[in-house]
Amino acid sequence: MKAMETFEAPKPARINYLNATYGLKSWLLTKDHKRIALLYLGSISFFFFIGGLYAMFIRLELLTPQGDLLQSTTYNKVFTQHGIIMVFFFLIPSIPATLGNFLVPMMIGAKDLAFPRINLLSWYIYLLGGLVTIYALLAGGIDTGWTFYTPFSTTFSNSYVIAAGLGIFINGFSSILTGLNFIVTIHTMRAPGMTWFRMPLFIWAHYATSLVMILGTPVIAITILLLAFERLAHVGIFDPAAGGDPVLFQHLFWFYSHPAVYIMVLPGMGVVSELIANFSRKNIFGYSFVAFSSLAIAVFGFLVWGHHLFVASQSVYAGMIFSFLSFAVAIPSAIKVFNWTATLYKASISYDTPMLYALGFIGLFTIGGMTGLFLASLAVDVHLSDTYFIVAHFHYIMVGGTLLAYLGGLHYWWPKITGRMYPEGWARFSALIVFVGFNLTFLPQFVLGYMGMPRRYHVYPPEFQVLHVLSTAGASILGFGLLIPLVYLIWSMRYGKIASANPWNLPGLEWQTSSPPPTENFELTPIVTWEAYEFAPPEETEVVGKFRDQPVEEV
Amino acid sequence: MGHEHPAEHGHAALQHHFENMEQQREASTLGMWVFLVTEIMFFGGMFLAYTLYRSKYPEAFASASNHLDLKLGAINTVVLILSSFTMAMAVYSTQIGKRRNQIISLALTLLLGATFLGIKAVEYHQKYEDHLIPGRVVPSRPFDASGVHLLPGANPHNVEMFYWIYFAMTGMHAVHMIIGIGIISIILFWAIRGKYGPEYHNPVEVSGLYWHFVDIVWIFLFPLLYLLGRHLEH
Repeated sequence: MKAMETFEAPKPARINYLNATYGLKSWLLTKDHKRIALLYLGSISFFFFIGGLYAMFIRLELLTPQGDLLQSTTYNKVFTQHGIIMVFFFLIPSIPATLGNFLVPMMIGAKDLAFPRINLLSWYIYLLGGLVTIYALLAGGIDTGWTFYTPFSTTFSNSYVIAAGLGIFINGFSSILTGLNFIVTIHTMRAPGMTWFRMPLFIWAHYATSLVMILGTPVIAITILLLAFERLAHVGIFDPAAGGDPVLFQHLFWFYSHPAVYIMVLPGMGVVSELIANFSRKNIFGYSFVAFSSLAIAVFGFLVWGHHLFVASQSVYAGMIFSFLSFAVAIPSAIKVFNWTATLYKASISYDTPMLYALGFIGLFTIGGMTGLFLASLAVDVHLSDTYFIVAHFHYIMVGGTLLAYLGGLHYWWPKITGRMYPEGWARFSALIVFVGFNLTFLPQFVLGYMGMPRRYHVYPPEFQVLHVLSTAGASILGFGLLIPLVYLIWSMRYGKIASANPWNLPGLEWQTSSPPPTENFELTPIVTWEAYEFAPPEETEVVGKFRDQPVEEV
Repeated sequence: MGHEHPAEHGHAALQHHFENMEQQREASTLGMWVFLVTEIMFFGGMFLAYTLYRSKYPEAFASASNHLDLKLGAINTVVLILSSFTMAMAVYSTQIGKRRNQIISLALTLLLGATFLGIKAVEYHQKYEDHLIPGRVVPSRPFDASGVHLLPGANPHNVEMFYWIYFAMTGMHAVHMIIGIGIISIILFWAIRGKYGPEYHNPVEVSGLYWHFVDIVWIFLFPLLYLLGRHLEH
């Protein structure tokens, strides 16, 4: 089986999905998964900005040991809202709703997702959830922490718990519908010849993510509903006075929220697999291991929620089991890291911006993941629980991991999405700034946590100030580094160099159609006869892929 | 831009992004099954709460369960099972092209569904009269377990917990039934217009799947809520 060389690039289509129809209605009522991806891109960027503003206030307040910028109740609202916006309205939808929506049909040779109208509906549901949550923020905010622990959230908090909960509840359906769409699409709409093991790893990652989305999100939905009813009705299953148990809330909450972190990281890993393979011009080492590890992470991810309850009066024996399982769940992640690294070995690496982000991901995710092992150790977690160690741990994975993967993917597929190249010089510069800023922000936080700085506190002993100042300095650099792509990406949509169909010269199916693609993705339905990531050795240039309706030649 | 064989091109219901009706049918059926899995997870949280508190407060739960109207609950169970039968008949009639039976079966399903909700409303009203709506949902009638015969060892607080779970679960179930009635009404509307037949019946089938699921949830709810400790009844 000869490797597939890139086709003579289809001429850049004058008519593509961006200009095929005009007008606001053609966007707001679109069924095109690519347009919906862009709608999500805009809204997600908006929420990221809001979440970032809250982060700025947190870091500003923490410059000094006294609580001088914000009152305690206000500070509680700021970190709560930072968490809610970032987790539910940025991280969870980010890669699946933008890159996933855009690329899943293209990578499997389909014309669209299985349920285009449900796709559009999921965006409107996302907006509605966002609107309700913004109402909660503006009406007075919420101060329970993004974790909504009872009995504070049910009984004692005077903030807009129900409104915020409702916003998150509604948003959950957006997640569920996206996951449902991906699962059905991947099962039923692969192009002829596209077997499961010829699919790009980006698809495997999104399939695993979708499984987690559909199984986990309904649980947070019912949990929030029960929380809201309890707050309204003053009786309930979390209230000890009624015979209920507040720790039940924590179990129900984390049963979703732990798998949720895998919803956040698995798509990022899918992106990284694409970036590593394509910018090393080499097939991913151990493709099936990486594919199965995505599924393993999805499954194991449902078995470890108790590690959030080690110090919550959970039984020690349950703690031991959850601790063991939490160590086990690191294994498939480690398999990915090893396979990515093996892919890089003796590869022909190009250090374009997407690759820089992918390499950053590997390093930072590894640090984040390994610090997770510290936290999975019962005795150590007793000391580190609810300290800045935890904050640093999850930011390494969510920012150092997911955000970097998101940025890398955005840059990598930017020419496909917009038909324009981003400015490489500025992009590499900002990737570096982001990397430096990020580490300066969060590395000190590991030390802070180890030294005993609690999370969610804005008043602290003066000896912690130096590290906090370093962290805030880092945050400023990180913020600056993230603003630069905002500027040049928007700039490039108008003034960027026009991209060809396959500017990176790669074998993926999405690169075999014009940039930007036509509305129906492919002029002719591809028939896939090659493996994923088949890079042709220099001597072999014979084209063997075929499109339907063309004469089939013997090879 | 010819990419479809003429033979499959023609069906009016074929969506533009599917290659043929077979693929569309497969996708839509798988989609409904995946959705039903999410519904299982959704109800699962409440079943978990029920399991936990029943095992903690068996006497209180049995007392409260005894006080539910067994007759109405049992009638409702039969009503729902019958409605699943009529729904299955609707699907079958569509598949074999019997339009009249299809429409009658769908209408009967709707009728039975509405009957279920009516009986549920009667039950809820009885609870309202008996001061058994938990907490301060009805501010003028706070929960009062005095009308419930308490088995030895039962704490009135935990009786309230039972009713909280009872209303949460049957209420959520009723919401799903209302949605189901809405879906079947739409299907009936199109069925009368002649949209479904042997060559295109998947929407009826898929709606049937949803309806059967709602039925199955009730099949679990009925014994768990109504039949606790009935052997202890005097």
